[in-house]
Amino acid sequence: MATKRDNTLKLKFDSARKLSPAPESRSSATIRPRYDLFINGKFEPSSGKKYFDTINPATGEKLSEAAEANAADVDKAVKAARNAYEKCWKKMPAKERGKYVFRIARMVQERAREFAIVETMDGGKPIRESRDFDIPTAANHFFYYAGWADKLEYAFPNRTAKSLGVAGQIIPWNFPLLMASWKIAPALATGNTVVLKPAETTPLTAMLLAEVIQEADLPPGVVNIITGGGSTGAALVNHPDINKIAFTGSTEVGKIIQRAIAGTSKKITLELGGKAPNIIFDDAPIDQAVEGVVNGIFFNQGHVCCAGSRLYVQESVMNDVVRKLRDRIETLIVGDPMDKNTDIGAINSKQQLDKINKYIKIGLGEGYDMYQSSCVLPDRGFFLRPTIFTNVAQSSRIAQEEIFGPVLTIQSFRTDEEAIEKANNNPYGLSAGVWTDKGSKIFNMTAKLRAGVVWANTFNKFDPASPFGGYKESGYGREGGLHGLQPYVTF
Amino acid sequence: MMENIIAKKSPAAARVNGNSKIAEKPEKGKRLEVLKTYKIYIGGKFPRTESGRYYVAANSAGEKLANMCLSSRKDFREAVVAARTAFGDWGSRHALNRGQILYRMAEMLEGRKMQFIEELLKQDASRKLAENEANLSIDRLIYYAGWCDKFQQIFSSVNPVACSHFNFSAPEPTGVVSVIAPQNNSLIGLVSVIAPVIAGGNTCIALASYSKPLCAITFAEVLNSSDVPGGTVNILTGNPDELLPYFSNHMDVNAVVYCEKDPAGRKVIHENAALNLKRTVFYEDTNWNSKEVQSPYRIMDTQEIKTTWHPIENIGGAKAGY
Repeated sequence: MATKRDNTLKLKFDSARKLSPAPESRSSATIRPRYDLFINGKFEPSSGKKYFDTINPATGEKLSEAAEANAADVDKAVKAARNAYEKCWKKMPAKERGKYVFRIARMVQERAREFAIVETMDGGKPIRESRDFDIPTAANHFFYYAGWADKLEYAFPNRTAKSLGVAGQIIPWNFPLLMASWKIAPALATGNTVVLKPAETTPLTAMLLAEVIQEADLPPGVVNIITGGGSTGAALVNHPDINKIAFTGSTEVGKIIQRAIAGTSKKITLELGGKAPNIIFDDAPIDQAVEGVVNGIFFNQGHVCCAGSRLYVQESVMNDVVRKLRDRIETLIVGDPMDKNTDIGAINSKQQLDKINKYIKIGLGEGYDMYQSSCVLPDRGFFLRPTIFTNVAQSSRIAQEEIFGPVLTIQSFRTDEEAIEKANNNPYGLSAGVWTDKGSKIFNMTAKLRAGVVWANTFNKFDPASPFGGYKESGYGREGGLHGLQPYVTF
Repeated sequence: MMENIIAKKSPAAARVNGNSKIAEKPEKGKRLEVLKTYKIYIGGKFPRTESGRYYVAANSAGEKLANMCLSSRKDFREAVVAARTAFGDWGSRHALNRGQILYRMAEMLEGRKMQFIEELLKQDASRKLAENEANLSIDRLIYYAGWCDKFQQIFSSVNPVACSHFNFSAPEPTGVVSVIAPQNNSLIGLVSVIAPVIAGGNTCIALASYSKPLCAITFAEVLNSSDVPGGTVNILTGNPDELLPYFSNHMDVNAVVYCEKDPAGRKVIHENAALNLKRTVFYEDTNWNSKEVQSPYRIMDTQEIKTTWHPIENIGGAKAGY
């Protein structure tokens, strides 16, 4: 480290960070050449006999292929779920139901390494993240909700909770297994049966989960997992025998789903996009805040609906923060997701990379200052350097729209009021962050930020016991915690 | 002549006292009654509809009761601006203060109970039902006044997360709520849907019953004298078929409450609500006098859950037995 004249330290890592590759071995996981649909406890091909490829975004190579469920397959899966609901799951004593879910939690833990490898290969996220975050948190989510199954009478005072029936669930590609657990665990604990559709680009860990569910001996039809693209999802949403839709994905698709089910009695929860403000006050511990900002926007390549993508810095510390941030992202290791040293893995798909690049172009076109780290990107696969834009206007598209990639916009503010106004000036309201050492300011800010999850002096923390979900156009309903039960019951 | 008119009335209407008969001329030597102009309520003021349109509210015998404002889209938009402005104030008031203001509303309603009973009688209720409805409306306000600073405790949680953080979840108002009040009901329906919305800190724009609108505007006068900040509750009269699309497609409204079973109406609302993902609240109730329609869960229908995280420092040395 070298001392600068302004008495702050510049981080210099160039010698210390020349790490040897430390790749995770692929041998602990088997990826089969082809995956069929999981319907009524059995794996079976789609009636249309169609398959689609799933690739490793870090290499562009095909990993496997998954069956593409058509409307007939969806119908079959919903019928299996209905049958299992009426004949078995609804009547089963709650504590037995809970024990099945506990079993799933345990089996996911047992096969955690395998899940982590497959998750990273299929989705491009760093192995460190799938190993230390995605898979353990998914297992914990099953474990948490399993325990609720026979305690629902304590969750809703003066009401008797009843299950809804068949839940149709559609999940995104950014946290494939974790999102599957967020959907399936509360649905089963409250006595519903499930038809789940994983994202088109990341079907593999959901199919591994299907194997676990089969192994756990869950009654056939209680969980059905069908792979496919948008048309499969549409068939599921529009199926007349679905009682509940749970969707996590883009706000655009969420709105289409809400319109599609208008006039029906289907219950719905939507966990959609975000454009989270992350606010640094001049009294914040700046080094910690910079770490939080890096975690907030570069965690999982920025493919996080609650990513802290709009940074607001109090004017007096702007220069410090930007310099430290630039120094810090220069140290981030971008590359092979299977390498245990990697900080930023592969962008999930070509399509997503194109979308992010489109926004970078817009930002440059609007004349904002861009800085990217100087790291060398792998010569194949889909990668992007961590990117920050400074001097961005509040009205800019890059500050208003969800980019869903490692791109941060930075703006300044002078007063608390200005920070609140700018932070709330966005159609989304999923999450927000505040950095200050002053307690009373924290509570003023966290109360006034219109977002479902507010992190103070931290960012991107998740827990099965902690409710998650948005205000405004980030959707409605909560997942996680006590509040995550309600979307799956009626009184 | 007089007797002829009375003879044509329905039994309920026959019990109405003299001041309901707008068409009548005063008998010689008697005082001319001052008729009430029913206006709408926006931002704490009583304007007429900007459209200049009106409709005639009548009872079941076809007797004219009043000219009511036939509110327009623009009236609704003005009301949304007023409600959004008021939300900053009302939504951040202390819960105790909101409770006291709801209680004050009940006090004002109690004091003007006779006026509401008269209006209910004009709108075809029997005296017994009218008295019951007025009493229930007062009691319902008291019920929700009491909940203002309690429901948060019932529906909050401190979450035991598996890392070193303090984490809690609590309800917050969703914002501006548009409310289409029960249409076959005059006072108790309106009170039953407005009270939980504002008890939770939201502001609202309510559309009164089209066929029985009198009490809604008189209720606005109660609000106006109850320390409810202007704009917290805005009340319009008009045609639900015309206004329903605007109540559900306005981009600065956060939630819609609808109380009719009409599937077409629900579909329009749900589709329009998708524009900015408004929360849709549909009530199935038909008997608004029933105790079943009041509950803290109704407050929660227009609440959001906010979860807040903060790290907990792990200071060395604090061992077991500390």
